[in-house]
Amino acid sequence: MTATRTLRVALAGKPNAGKSSLFNLLTGLNQKIGNFPGITVDKRTGSCQLDSNTVAQVMDLPGIYSLYPRTVDEKIVTDILADRKGTYYPDCVVLVADATNLKNCMLLLTQLIDLQIPTVLALNMMDLAARSGQSIDVKALASTLDLPVVMINGRTGQGVAELKKLLTTNFKHSSKTIYKAGEELESLIKDIQQKFNLTTPYQAYQFLQQTDNLSFLTPADKAYITSRAKDANFFQHKYQGAETVMRYGSIQDLLNKVTLKLSDPEWKKFSYRIDKILTHKVWGYLIFFAVLFLIFQAIFAWAQIPMDFIDSTFARLSNVLDDYFPDGPFFDLITQGIIPGIGGIVIFIPQIAILFACISILEESGYMARVVFLMDKLMRKVGLNGKSVVPLISGMACAIPAIMATRTIESWKDRLITIFVTPFMSCSARLPVFTILVTLIIPDVKLFGFFNYQGLVLMGLYLLGFFAALISAFVLKVIIKTTERSYLIMEMPTYRKPKWSNVGYTIIEKTKSFVFEAGKVILAISIVLWVLASYGPGDAMQNAEELIQREASEAKLTTEEFEARVAAYKLEHSYAGIIGKTLEPAIQPLGYDWKIGIALVTSFAAREVFVSTIATIYSLGGTEDEQTIKGRLRSEINPDTGGPRYTPAVGLSLLVFYTFAMQCMSTLAVVKRETKGWKWPLIQLAYMTALAYVSALIIYQSLA
Amino acid sequence: MLPGETAVISGFRDDMLSVKLLEMGLLPGTVVRFNFTAPLGDPICISVSGFDLSLRVDEASTIIILN
Repeated sequence: MTATRTLRVALAGKPNAGKSSLFNLLTGLNQKIGNFPGITVDKRTGSCQLDSNTVAQVMDLPGIYSLYPRTVDEKIVTDILADRKGTYYPDCVVLVADATNLKNCMLLLTQLIDLQIPTVLALNMMDLAARSGQSIDVKALASTLDLPVVMINGRTGQGVAELKKLLTTNFKHSSKTIYKAGEELESLIKDIQQKFNLTTPYQAYQFLQQTDNLSFLTPADKAYITSRAKDANFFQHKYQGAETVMRYGSIQDLLNKVTLKLSDPEWKKFSYRIDKILTHKVWGYLIFFAVLFLIFQAIFAWAQIPMDFIDSTFARLSNVLDDYFPDGPFFDLITQGIIPGIGGIVIFIPQIAILFACISILEESGYMARVVFLMDKLMRKVGLNGKSVVPLISGMACAIPAIMATRTIESWKDRLITIFVTPFMSCSARLPVFTILVTLIIPDVKLFGFFNYQGLVLMGLYLLGFFAALISAFVLKVIIKTTERSYLIMEMPTYRKPKWSNVGYTIIEKTKSFVFEAGKVILAISIVLWVLASYGPGDAMQNAEELIQREASEAKLTTEEFEARVAAYKLEHSYAGIIGKTLEPAIQPLGYDWKIGIALVTSFAAREVFVSTIATIYSLGGTEDEQTIKGRLRSEINPDTGGPRYTPAVGLSLLVFYTFAMQCMSTLAVVKRETKGWKWPLIQLAYMTALAYVSALIIYQSLA
Repeated sequence: MLPGETAVISGFRDDMLSVKLLEMGLLPGTVVRFNFTAPLGDPICISVSGFDLSLRVDEASTIIILN
């Protein structure tokens, strides 16, 4: 083997220009999603064999219109490109441009030229541009800009081979300078350039413009730049505006020169015709709700089949290994702690995969921008943003990916409120709890012989969560003060057919990040809870079998009944049981006893654990069969009243508690990561728990 | 302006927003077309140099136009 050379290539360009398609074409499945150290922006990298001895490390940068960032994700781009000594500084950049809309894509290109970074211009969607009647002299474009230009087709992969070949040729940066700051800034820029030993004046200019965004500068450096800028009367916005106008001026000159034929505006007619229907005041909302309904249908009904399969597979695996392994705490940890813990993560994969398939199709087709457009005014009234719709919908599957999806919201306040209220949306983990309790307390009869009461209550719970989210958002809107303005300036992409391989890559990426990011926490917590539920102080645990044995000989229990009794006894005397009993005075006003207290404690990691805990507590020997659990719950007697424990009042109080309570460690972990600190997750936990407690209290006290 | 009408941009009333609008190609001297509004009247969709953009009414009102 000859020595291989590694080339660092960064993909840049505006959103919707086809960057991800090109990234997928170049790297295939050799991609990795990581984090930039210290910040939460996803880092998408992948490797690509360019020729026999060159490998490219391709990095997909967040989609941007210019070096000036709007969202948290976008800040990283200037951070990388303005720091020549940085770890991620690329050897060259591929600027992916949408040929149907060249003017907009060129802004960033001219900035890259001024930073003197070797850049290839990849013209994507040339087929669409040709269809629109546009024609460009590509040779003239390349020579005027003094950089290589390739035509690619992100859908078919045409031109990618040529691009790869070009990347190996060590091309130089363009010799042009597009933007020159005014004379009054000359000495200031020269000073910054010398002080930091920078290659280009534009780099110094960026230091002045984005002092606070550049993470590689030390506080002393920043203070120096700020004071120098102040002395020279440097106003960031003023110069930024002037720079953009100047750049567009030269872009227009360039386009006038290289455009052979302008596109015919008629070609967008089709897209406008679709918009007429999809953003219609009646049809628009009806279609949106139909789409939502279809997504729910997919998440709840279709995902059920693989979920049941995963559930039974893991249960069987646990049992098989349990029989195979000798007894002992280590093997118990594996069969009762780790395997069910992993199962608890894997079981969510079908729903998450389906949800992201739907979202990705909507995004690829251009419909998502219309959803934002339709919903913005409504959402703004309660302090949210049109872009909050996606996280809220995703929250119905799982709050974890939903909270990660808030990154597209520019305004920090809007984003924070969205993060804060998303866990109120009833996620799929609440469903098993809801199902058991609803069927237990609500009679299976039909209203007007048509609507099923149980179904109505279930729907009511979802609506309850949704309205709690809206009301909380409204409250936060009033409380949180900010000087930052919320705005919605967003491109409306033309409709197009989704590219299925991109949908596939999105599913893989999102599922992976769920399994590895959230999975770690879920697994850790389930192990901790297993320990709490299996060990207790003193020798109560060791004596359990003996004790029950004595009882058993009197009561003549079968082996199964005996084992179930032992398990129930152990749980009662474990640390979790003690916590449940300690909680009893606090939860008694809600109508709960210590047994429900244990379930509340264990389901703190994940709500669905409620069902399995209840099963263990009532000595069902780990069965998760709904009918068995329901029957047992129904016959549970409340010793104080002599009546059934699970009265409608207790059931409703529990249902409301589970609707509002933040019973999810993984969500807290994600919120901590996204808001960079413990402040918000703790406020969220306190608020949601208080709301759950008070609501459950009111329900129980008024019904009981 | 009414949906379907076009006008020429002459400037901006808001410095902070103008930077973002300029980046999207809303430059003084270019022609904008008001395409349609969202069902509730806000936001609106405009197009400028062959590119469709949605923005809120109060953002759009910072754009000064010549008729």
